[in-house]
Amino acid sequence: MKSIADIKAIRDKMQAQIVVRDKEQSNEIRIVVGMATCGISAGARPVFNTLMDEVSTRQLRNVKVSRSGCLGMCRLEPIVEVFVPGQDKVTYCHVDADKAKVIIANHIVNGNICTEYLIGAEE
Amino acid sequence: MFRSHVLVCGGTGCHSNHSEEIIKEFNNLIVSQGLEKDVQVVRTGCFGLCAVGPVVIIYPEGAFYSKVQVSDVEEIVSEHLVKGRIVERLLHKETETDSAAVKALSDTNFYKKQTRVALRNCGVINPENIDEYIAYDGYQALIKVLTEMQPQEVIDVITKSGLRGRGGAGFPTGRKWQFTKDAPGDVKYVACNADEGDPGAFMDRSILEGDPHALVEAMTIAGYAVGAHQGYVYVRAEYPIAVSRLQIAIDQAREYGLLGDNILESGFAFDIEIRLGAGAFVCGEETALITSIEGNRGEPRPRPPFPAVKGLFGKPTLLNNVETYANVAQIINKGADWFTQMCTERSRGTKVFALGGKINNTGLVEIPMGTPLRTVVEDIGGGIPNGKKFKAAQTGGPSGGCIPAHLIDTPIEYESLLAIGSMMGSGGLIVMDEDNCMVDSAKFFLEFTVDESCGKCTACRIGTKRLYELLCKVTDGKATMEDLDKMEELCYYIKDNSLCGLGQSAPNPVLSTLKYFREEYIAHVRDKVCPAGVCKSLVNFSILKDKCIGCKMCARACPADAILPQTEIMPGKKLPYLVIDHNKCVKCGNCMSTCKFKAIIKK
Repeated sequence: MKSIADIKAIRDKMQAQIVVRDKEQSNEIRIVVGMATCGISAGARPVFNTLMDEVSTRQLRNVKVSRSGCLGMCRLEPIVEVFVPGQDKVTYCHVDADKAKVIIANHIVNGNICTEYLIGAEE
Repeated sequence: MFRSHVLVCGGTGCHSNHSEEIIKEFNNLIVSQGLEKDVQVVRTGCFGLCAVGPVVIIYPEGAFYSKVQVSDVEEIVSEHLVKGRIVERLLHKETETDSAAVKALSDTNFYKKQTRVALRNCGVINPENIDEYIAYDGYQALIKVLTEMQPQEVIDVITKSGLRGRGGAGFPTGRKWQFTKDAPGDVKYVACNADEGDPGAFMDRSILEGDPHALVEAMTIAGYAVGAHQGYVYVRAEYPIAVSRLQIAIDQAREYGLLGDNILESGFAFDIEIRLGAGAFVCGEETALITSIEGNRGEPRPRPPFPAVKGLFGKPTLLNNVETYANVAQIINKGADWFTQMCTERSRGTKVFALGGKINNTGLVEIPMGTPLRTVVEDIGGGIPNGKKFKAAQTGGPSGGCIPAHLIDTPIEYESLLAIGSMMGSGGLIVMDEDNCMVDSAKFFLEFTVDESCGKCTACRIGTKRLYELLCKVTDGKATMEDLDKMEELCYYIKDNSLCGLGQSAPNPVLSTLKYFREEYIAHVRDKVCPAGVCKSLVNFSILKDKCIGCKMCARACPADAILPQTEIMPGKKLPYLVIDHNKCVKCGNCMSTCKFKAIIKK
């Protein structure tokens, strides 16, 4: 037996999980994690999972997290690229789970690029 | 949290193409790759593109794989799910020559021109998981109705939306609800007609298989609106997947308190039971259906009294079709105005069609009312296979008529279809090309109604049989021109003297083909020729002796040993040509399909 509040809670919880299946939106932000062998061995999996969890708990409905293959700069993996419509692509490197949380909080939510993690800072 | 969702179609079409084994294989391989926490496999309802099943869609990429075999699963798992590389080889292609594979489902021509309202969750959610339905705004309409609206307000919204019965006749749904509410009596019932009997129609089945909670929610809303506390779903036993998923949905709704004595603590009580039909076509007629639910032999009775006044067990009963109910929750959620936007003046909303026959994209489509038939056939349906010409489309199954090629721009809505002698029907849409004989197609539908007539009215029981015999005379080449007039007269007699919709509409296929393809009937009668080469008695196979090289391939393929070599050798040939003995020929056509030199013709 569920109350109306229970149904609403189920709805919110499930909506965060099925966001993966949504149709592409025009204002959609895409976060792409390099998940080739090099990326995975450098620790891309926990980064990916952290990004997914953050997007889900913060209910960021216009953000989609997906994977790509090897970018060719295996030494800089795990690499995370962020595509915001109308802006230049942003590439972060040597990302770990903690950095992933910071990227979501500063870049995705507040719109401030985390310059210290940028690929240019490393080069 | 799953990073990737693998959606596999579990509708009847893909199920019979082994989608169940594909799901099993996915689950096995995902476990063996250690991805069981990352990837979720979801069995959904029908995606609509049954022609290219089994269908698999993988999100977040939205990659749309068609005709997937069990042996392909390993490649999809190791390439796509592990390495993130889409398997181009298996992506859906719009045409055979199309080299650029379509990546996403929503990019196909098949989907672009559709508007999915009744089918919105089919192929999107797992129908056996109530939480996924809730995630897509499921049961929000029920909450809204129970907490914010009076029963009369609910009916007003439905009336204003202009929703009409999707079972065929197109009676305004709001008025039906109002009649049931206004009928005197303490005990009332809500019933659902899921006895989809038209040959080639599977709209209701797909909704029950893909989105059963939509029906449960809508029937509960209807119960609240008309003042009923018990609902019945009459579904045919030939739909085992639909029945089991509906039962799961009802059980889950009970568990969540969305069905039962005190729904969502509002004090309103409603429950639903399933009644299985044994597959008689006549039980899709509302009074016969009600008689059958009561446990009696399914026979229609005269109306009035209509079921809204005196229905199940003599009590006022609201009876709607599955697809009608599938629209209800969304009308409540989004408002009547949203619904009336997709429309023509008299027909509102959308209609689901089961597209079949000579068409590339066999499957399930949902279009806004008023869409021209041409859009459905050429754009959504992908045209006729093998470059053949469109001849006619049959709507409404055995109760409907045909739409000939020159009326292909007719908008699909209740009135315009009736005006040209066809009908909306429940939504079967069978496309015919130049190789279909219209007399033969009318004969096919009539054979069906002869079988399915319940036998109560003489006009229907004997009339359809005599009409069928007259049609047989035509296809055998034994009919006279007077027989055509006799057929037409008999058609009107059956229509006028039958009690229920079955008899009243049974002659429609004959009448409409007589109207639009009379010259084909005349060719059968006067010239003893079947222009499409279908009617066996009127077809003869023969061998063109100047094309025949004497290879005897046809003679080997002939089951009746009717092809014999001659002694004469044609100039330029090495072997004697062959000839068909028409006394022995059984007209199977094997020789014609075997011959590599196109030396055998049919006329």
